[in-house]
Formats: sequence, C-alpha cells, structure tokens
Amino acid sequence: MKGFRLIHSVALIAGLLFLYVPIGILILYSFNASRLVTVWGGFSTQWYASLLSNQALKDAALLSLGVAMASATIATVLGTLAALALERARPGRAKLLFGGLIAAPMVMPEVITGLSLLLLFVALNVERGAITVTLAHATLTLCFVTMIVQARLATLDRSLEEAAQDLGASPWRVTLTITLPLALPGIIAGWLLAFTLSLDDLVIASFATGPGATTLPMRIYSAVRLGVSPEINAISTLLIAGVAALVVTASLILKREKLIA
Amino acid sequence: MRTDRRARIAALAPLLWLAAFFVLPFLMVLRMSLSDTAQAVPPYAPHWIGFGQIREFLAGLDVEAFRLLWEDSLYLNAFLTAIRIAGTATLIALLIGFPLAYAITRAPKSWQNLLVLLVILPFWTSFLIRVYAWIAILRPEGVLDRVLITIGLTSEPLRLLNTETAVLIGMVYSYLPFMVLPIYAVLEKMDRSLIEAAADLGAKPLTRFLTITIPLAKPGILAGCFLVFVPGIGEFVIPDLLGGSETLMIGRVLWTEFFSNRDWPLASAVAVSLLAFVILPMMLLRGFAGRKETAR
Repeated sequence: MKGFRLIHSVALIAGLLFLYVPIGILILYSFNASRLVTVWGGFSTQWYASLLSNQALKDAALLSLGVAMASATIATVLGTLAALALERARPGRAKLLFGGLIAAPMVMPEVITGLSLLLLFVALNVERGAITVTLAHATLTLCFVTMIVQARLATLDRSLEEAAQDLGASPWRVTLTITLPLALPGIIAGWLLAFTLSLDDLVIASFATGPGATTLPMRIYSAVRLGVSPEINAISTLLIAGVAALVVTASLILKREKLIA
Repeated sequence: MRTDRRARIAALAPLLWLAAFFVLPFLMVLRMSLSDTAQAVPPYAPHWIGFGQIREFLAGLDVEAFRLLWEDSLYLNAFLTAIRIAGTATLIALLIGFPLAYAITRAPKSWQNLLVLLVILPFWTSFLIRVYAWIAILRPEGVLDRVLITIGLTSEPLRLLNTETAVLIGMVYSYLPFMVLPIYAVLEKMDRSLIEAAADLGAKPLTRFLTITIPLAKPGILAGCFLVFVPGIGEFVIPDLLGGSETLMIGRVLWTEFFSNRDWPLASAVAVSLLAFVILPMMLLRGFAGRKETAR
C-alpha cells in the first residue's frame, strides 16, 4: 500500500482502459439494432439470431472446435513428456539443445511455420484439410504446454517422489501415481491454453489447410476483409466470452491448488 | 544416471515430432528457396532429388530468388519498413507498459494477481478479433472520429485507418501484455530496501528511479522488447487489416508472394531472410545475458 500514489492509479487506469475499451466497444455494438456498426440504433439480439442461420459459419466453428480439441490433446501429451524430460535431465549441452528446440516454435514467425508445414504436406502428397491443420496446431502449441507443465513441476515437493521410491515403487509407478497427479493442474491449464491458441490461429491454418476445410478464424478474416458488420461483432463476442471463461477457469484451477499446497 | 535415461525416453516422442513437423519442414523451405520458379503445380522445380547427387545439387543451386530479393528494392524496403514499424511499436509499448507494470507492483498485494490477470486476459482473446475491434474505431466516421468531433477536438475525420499509424496502434495494443509481464516479474522481485537505503542517503525520487529501479528492471525490459519486436517483424494480420496498400511489411509480402503470385521459391527466400532477422536480436540478447553471467 505504501507508495501507491495518484500517478500509479492513473497509469493503471489508463493502461487498463486502453486494453479494454476497444473490446468493450466491439461487444457493445454486437447488440446494436442498426446495421451501421458505429451508429447506435437501440438494443437488439438480432445479429446473434442471424448467426444461427449462417450454416457456413456454424460449419467453420464446429471444425475449429474439433481441431482445437484434437491438437490440444496431442500437444498436451507431447508437451508433458517434454516437460518431464527437461525437469529430469542433467544440466548439459543435450538439455540446452532440447530446451531450445522445444522453445523454437514459440519465436518462429507464424508465416514461416505455416509455409514450411505446407511445403512438407505438399512433398508428402497428403491431402490437406482438418488433419493437417491439427498436426500444425499441435506443433505450434506443444511448447506452450511444456512451459506451463515445467513451471508446475518445478514447484513440486521432490520428497514425495523420493518417499515413494524408498517404499519400493518403480520409477514408472512413481511417475504415474505421484508426479503426474501432482502436475495435473499444470497439465489442464496447458491443455486449455493449447485449445485457445488453436481456436485463435489464422495464419498457420491458412497455410496448412486445403479446399473444403475452412476454420472459424479464416471465415472471420474473409468477412473482416469485406468490412465491419454486426454479425462479426456477435461471433467475436461469443468467442471472447468463451475464451474468457476458459482462462478464468484455468487460473482458478491453478490458484486453488496453490492454496492447498 | 537413471533419471537421465528416463529423461531421454520421455524426450523421444516430442523430439521425433518436432524433427518431423518443425525441423524437416524448415529444411524444405531452405531447399525451396534455392529452387527454380516453374509453372507446374506445386510451382517449383527442385534441384535436389536424392542423397547420391550432392555434387550435382551443389552445382545446380540456384540463388536466383535471393538475388531477386536483393535487387528488387520492394523486398529490401519491406524489410526496412517491418523493422522500423516493429521498432517504433516496441518503444511505444515500453513507454506504456513500464508505467503499467510499475503501477501494478505498487498496488496493494491483494489486487496484484487480479491486475496481472486483467493484463493477460486480452492476450488470450483472439488476436484477429482485437485487430478487428480497431477497424470500427479508426475507420472514417468511426468511433474515434465521432468522439473527437463531438468534444470539438477536430472537425474533420482523421482518416487513420489504412495508415502506418493504425498499424502502430494495432501492434502496441496486441503486444502490450508481452511487454508488461516480464517487466512486472522483475519489478515484483526487486528488493525495496535498496530504494529505502538510497532515500536515507539523500537520493531524490528521480535519481532513485534512474539509478536503481531502471538498472534492476533491465532484464525484464530487454525480454519485453524482444517479445514485442520479434513477432512484430513477421506480423501479417495487423498490416493487412489496419495498414494501407503502401504499408508493406515483410510478413505481408511473404503472404502475397505465396498466395497471390504463387512464387514459392521467392516466398521461401523471404522466409529464410526473415528468420535471419529474427535470430539476430535473439543472439544479441543471449550474448548480453551470457556476458552478465560471466561478469558475475
């Protein structure tokens, strides 16, 4: 409390306003009766109703949800394995290299990741569609899962694993019955993160997909290019609400665990 | 020893996955950037078929795409524009992000977690949607124009959409959380007694801030700048939706070469050069951190 002055609250309020006013305006105009996005014509939910009759948009949303679930699951399995490896490995060149490889997709510009995966799929002559997008998203989100699970593993009480080992449990059994259950909040948070990242991705999906498989961000993008429309505001509002619910859930899961520990 | 063996077994699957879907594809981009443009589908003629033809491969390497990249001022300009815009956006994000991070550390402890969550939350909501939100604000007769005209600050529309300013606003807005979080992380761990000691010795607030807070926050500031600058260089969505046709950033050029011009070798050459631009600041940061370790 000491030293919290007027200037600090001004910086806080200004910063948070900058972050939230644009989103607030977007949500507000999704309830606008007028088709003109910037002229207020009264409260209405008609744009949400018109979303329901938009079959192309519904197909895209279903595809995106399916891809997000599948890719998040693959990324969580692989990412958790990588986190276990990084946590257990002795410090050295191999660990450093492995850690670098895991983190690399995080800093790689999306356009490059997308282009390179497309070239791979073309060279292998696989048909591009939902499956290739799933593979691409799993690759992209794996590193984020590793980051979260590793942070969780680092805070675990090692003596629990040692106690189990002293009592005669095999290393695999210790991992399955002690380490993984303790790391579960991190694993769940990692899955949710991978899910939202996949649901959000436009660039990599555009490269990795083929005709016939259009994800929700791709639909929104082509609609946005034609200009603003209250339907985009409505679908955006639904997405924001869904993601916000997921993030708050994830942070509550992590926090509750912290309170218990 | 045993833990190390188990670590290796756990590492195997993710390692294979990343080799197949990250390293191998990038090698294919490298190869593609050295191929001839051809009118076939896929539009390229590879110069390399198998391992037995390494000599032929080396003789047949085609740097045409890279030469074009260097000779046509369009690409060089796109690189420079990308660096300029990403650099400016980084600076503005620092000027907004530092006070915000600093203010969070000064807020009552019970608020801090909530404030950090509030900063992170927009980062999770769709990037595309957050950029879209600015279109409605910045476009002619948009929200900003109407507000400014109503309060009498301006009488004419600002015409901000499709300008470089709009791209800057979009970038600062999208990447601000990346700046705030690392700075908050170092400031939060800072030992307050150092400031108190300086105050006891007679240092004025500004002196304390410049000689203690800023140097101690340096790792966070560097990490934040890096996290804004690096993705900013390759950005596609923001310049495409908020920038005009003259705001050509390199990520957008890559997209156009690939999807509109269907020149895969050229797009790959752009990708390889772009990666060089991304790796350079990373190595500088590494070097900086390494020097600090040895100094310690």
